[in-house]
Amino acid sequence: MDIKIKVNGTLICESVSPDLLLLDFLRKHGCYSVKRGCETANCGLCTVLLDGTPVLSCSVLCARADGHEVYTLEGLQEEASGFVGFIADQGADQCGFCNPGFVMNTIALLRENPDPSDDEIRAYLAGNLCRCSGYEGQLRGIRNYLDYINRKKQGKE
Amino acid sequence: MVTIQNYVRVKNLEEAYTLNQKKGSMILGGMLWTKMQDRTIQTAIDLCELGLDRIDENADAFFIGAMVSLREIELHEGLYAYTQGAVRDALKDIVGVQFRNLATVGGSIWGRFGFSDVLTMFLAMDTYVELFQGGIIPLQEFAEKKPDRDVLVRLIVKKTPGVYAYASVRNQRTDFPVLACAAANVSGTYRISVGARPGKAICITDEEGFLTDGITEERAKQFAKWVETKIPTAGNHRGSAAYRTRLTGALCYRLTKKIGEEQA
Amino acid sequence: MEHKNYNAIHKSVRKKDSMQLLLGKPVYTDDITGPALVVKLLRSPHANAIVEEIHTEIAKKIPGVVDIYTWEDVPKTRFAIAGQTYPEPSPYDRLIIDRHVRFVGDVVAIIAAEDEKAACKAMKLVKVKYNVLEPVLDFHKAKDNPVLVHPEDDWYPPVDVGGDAKRNVIAHELSGDGDVDAVISDCEVSFSHAYHMRAFNQAMMETFRTYTCLDRYGRLHVISSTQIVFHVRRILSRALGIPKSKIRVEKPRIGGGFGAKQTAVSEVYPAFVTMQTGRPAKLIFTRYESQIAGSPRHEMEVTVRLGADRDGHIRGLDLYTLSNTGAYGEHGPTTVGLSGHKSIPLYTGGLEAFRFGYDVVYTNTMAAGAYRGYGATQGIFALESSVNELAESLGIDPTQIREKNMLREGMKMPAYYGEIANACALDRCMARCRELFGWEEKYPVREMGDGKVRTAGVAMAMQGSCISNVDVGSATVKLADDGTFNLIIGAADMGTGCDTILAQMVAECMDCSVDDVAVFGADTDASPYDSGSYASSTTYVTGKAVELACEELKKKLCAIAAGMLGCEPEETVFEDGCVRKINTDERVTLAQISVKDQVANDIAAVATASHSSPVSPPPYMVGMVEIELDRYTGEVKILDYVAVVDCGIAINPALARIQAEGGIVQGIGHTLFENITYDENGKPVESNFMQYKIPTRLDMGHLRVEFENSYEPTGPFGAKSIGEIVINTPAPAIAHAIYRATGVWHRELPITPEKILMSMPEDDFR
Repeated sequence: MDIKIKVNGTLICESVSPDLLLLDFLRKHGCYSVKRGCETANCGLCTVLLDGTPVLSCSVLCARADGHEVYTLEGLQEEASGFVGFIADQGADQCGFCNPGFVMNTIALLRENPDPSDDEIRAYLAGNLCRCSGYEGQLRGIRNYLDYINRKKQGKE
Repeated sequence: MVTIQNYVRVKNLEEAYTLNQKKGSMILGGMLWTKMQDRTIQTAIDLCELGLDRIDENADAFFIGAMVSLREIELHEGLYAYTQGAVRDALKDIVGVQFRNLATVGGSIWGRFGFSDVLTMFLAMDTYVELFQGGIIPLQEFAEKKPDRDVLVRLIVKKTPGVYAYASVRNQRTDFPVLACAAANVSGTYRISVGARPGKAICITDEEGFLTDGITEERAKQFAKWVETKIPTAGNHRGSAAYRTRLTGALCYRLTKKIGEEQA
Repeated sequence: MEHKNYNAIHKSVRKKDSMQLLLGKPVYTDDITGPALVVKLLRSPHANAIVEEIHTEIAKKIPGVVDIYTWEDVPKTRFAIAGQTYPEPSPYDRLIIDRHVRFVGDVVAIIAAEDEKAACKAMKLVKVKYNVLEPVLDFHKAKDNPVLVHPEDDWYPPVDVGGDAKRNVIAHELSGDGDVDAVISDCEVSFSHAYHMRAFNQAMMETFRTYTCLDRYGRLHVISSTQIVFHVRRILSRALGIPKSKIRVEKPRIGGGFGAKQTAVSEVYPAFVTMQTGRPAKLIFTRYESQIAGSPRHEMEVTVRLGADRDGHIRGLDLYTLSNTGAYGEHGPTTVGLSGHKSIPLYTGGLEAFRFGYDVVYTNTMAAGAYRGYGATQGIFALESSVNELAESLGIDPTQIREKNMLREGMKMPAYYGEIANACALDRCMARCRELFGWEEKYPVREMGDGKVRTAGVAMAMQGSCISNVDVGSATVKLADDGTFNLIIGAADMGTGCDTILAQMVAECMDCSVDDVAVFGADTDASPYDSGSYASSTTYVTGKAVELACEELKKKLCAIAAGMLGCEPEETVFEDGCVRKINTDERVTLAQISVKDQVANDIAAVATASHSSPVSPPPYMVGMVEIELDRYTGEVKILDYVAVVDCGIAINPALARIQAEGGIVQGIGHTLFENITYDENGKPVESNFMQYKIPTRLDMGHLRVEFENSYEPTGPFGAKSIGEIVINTPAPAIAHAIYRATGVWHRELPITPEKILMSMPEDDFR
């Protein structure tokens, strides 16, 4: 079947099998940030934004994404750059394999709730598994970023 | 790996119903369970263009389209207020935000899954299912029905005055529940809905009248003990029948007390 | 412990690859390799069976299927896939495909196809007739069971470790010091309990995966997610029957390992396909395959017999470990040793005698391997729980009973090969942890209402810093064209940050910035030999090699500079990133030397050093946990976890802290809900992430980690290790807190809400 999906701002028109998953489509089109970590929709590694909403691309049919807009980390480098340095300062990137999904969902969180509490951060990112970091460093990184932004807003930086 | 031969975005419910009569057809929900199945779907029917992704509300009821995501229900202010937050408590631990953005209420209810927090919660409310052919029937009746080839259109939750509370026990926070429990006082009738027994949720009312004269510590205990004897449980690798029975009593007791506090 | 002011080490610099990783750049095996044949493995549905007949003709006719290989097509030389120094202690008990399949998931056929769909279709069409045999599933019943997991006559142990395949035993040993029976019978208190830990899965986010092709010289080029490039080359050489010189193995970025990738789990299959077809091939394990046919922890039951006096003086320890290596012997003979050798020494203080014995047995379950902690985790769960049981039964504060008995700096450790504890801040870790955690306030059992109760538990831990007298770490440091440096290593950064910390060491030695050190690794064609990243060894062993290589390089830079300064090399000194002529102000910069290096120069500005250590200095740690236990449901909520670690000195404190936090959370998962079980036919239950639950960020409470420095004279800049020890305290500490809250000791993991509730009286909530 023929589909049209706007990926990171570029329209892709292609003929695909009706059972092609968005994850495989995106990787085929060079979006290597999108990772597969399980087959059961449990890990969050494949998180992308579908019309701005964070979803698991492992569970979205390309057919269903037809006519919609998808963003992967490749298309949100600038927005991500704002805060990922704070994660790097904690060393919480570790092996990195979960990072793109985690970063994408953090982008979604901050768009929805620009000043979340620690508990709101934990709850929103609960579907992003990480086996290396123990999560606390990721939280510290986001917290430091938010503190930095808040100080900046108050004209202190 | 699931194989799909044809994918159709239907233009109306009639088309969905007609296509769905063929063996090998399937109406898509959130795709979360379907994509894991090793099966072939001749025609995948997508209801995504029928405007069923909305929650509407009037003075009497909420109308929740089949394609509404669990996340939208979780965030819905009206449902939150009506259930004193119980609906949000029921949904918040289901895997993750990205998962709940995809999972549809239609898929959850249609599946009549044993582990379903969604079914457990809605059973405690005055909920009806609107089917294309079957018309509007109580959720309880729908839950007991064998899956057929009808089309689930929406859930209707009547705004019958009620007090609600929800709790589940999970071995790990975003895992399936070992036991899920919703308690309610819907216009004077106390109800307990228990899911993940691990069988499909069932709902019973306080037919013995333990709580008729109001909730006290002692009556909550007696009610919980009675519920324990009424709810059948079984074992699977998440928990034994005996454990689930003890949890049934424990959660029922705790939620009944919570409802008592809410009412006081 | 005082440390001098450093320029580059003991600083929390960002990992060199961090922005690449955080911005999702293509750096992993599947991202950087091109089109290749899709390799799929048909796996056995039976735990113990012989392939009577296998028919591939129909499957081969599927369009896109290139070939299908069975036991008849592979070499007949047995090998081991454990990543260990030759001669491996693990037995040679595998074939690429064996006619005898020994666990549910063992490989029956290799399918090579043009695409995934064709491969999957073909997989369903391979017809196999099995002669299904009775399996041995319970490791308690494996030894001398009439059912043999490895009845074959060509089973071969390269090293004698006391194994006998005809008894289902792959290793056996008994060691000790003093007359433990006499000492324990003389004690005022003695008891014995068995502690059981499951075969937990590493569950690293990137599953096993390997790409293979023939390079431009016709050699086998392997790009794999591995911790052990050199061992993989050797393993492939034996398995495929081709010379090592014809194989090149490299690793790109790795999506986590934790020991899983210290075994060549995926490499042999695509390599075999490439050798057969001449074409690039790629095998990516599904999560299901990683769960059922990976290389998890060894299930162990550790029985501790402890003798003490009423004042809490621990006098005798007698440990026996039964270890389940599963269907194959990877790391079986070695992991078990740590269950005693890396637990008993913690109580060197007043110990009069100890004994440690073990048996390692085969069963028809998934083969175990190396997992962070490597046996020490199991031993420490057992011993630390026993000490907590002793303290609680005597009514002595468990932190005080440890202070009475613990190992202290300068002591000789009879249970640790007679090594001296040169650097040991265990006492300070305990004191600091008590203070930071607020032990006095949190240890008492506090009723919170609504059936909830709060309390605390404690445990200590140790590990090693390498495999003494075995591991080899190497580093090449060279001056680049512009006065910066290249560091070339064979150790494997699997996300831990070793590329960065080794670069910090170069920067420290060469007086430059960390940014001026480019790191390359690991590649068997280019890297100097390194055993690989495991056994907590990279900082301690490879780090020392870096230090030595830098010393060597400085001499060469001085020699080149001497020519420029018109003096003898002995008349120069390397300082502040320059070479100066002694007693003068004349100096040349590194940039100037690097220019000279390229013009009429016959001294190579490069140095390689190797290092091996006769000792393996233990890092130490204390962990304390506060829990809230729900007496109505049995649920445990971790509120606060505090750990204080002595890793010598943290080369990069931020990365060391993350190691600790990550290890603690893995330990929490193992203790409370991660589980590995089999049904009565040997079929694994927790075969995906829907069933095998690892902790989310809602499951781990709040973590706090601090360091107490010591100075290890044999380590680089006084450093010891950090990577493994961090997983060892959660199980005993949490089990302790659960006892405090319920009065019941749980000696089998995981301690699920069900086990907790069902251990308590029936009518608690009422």
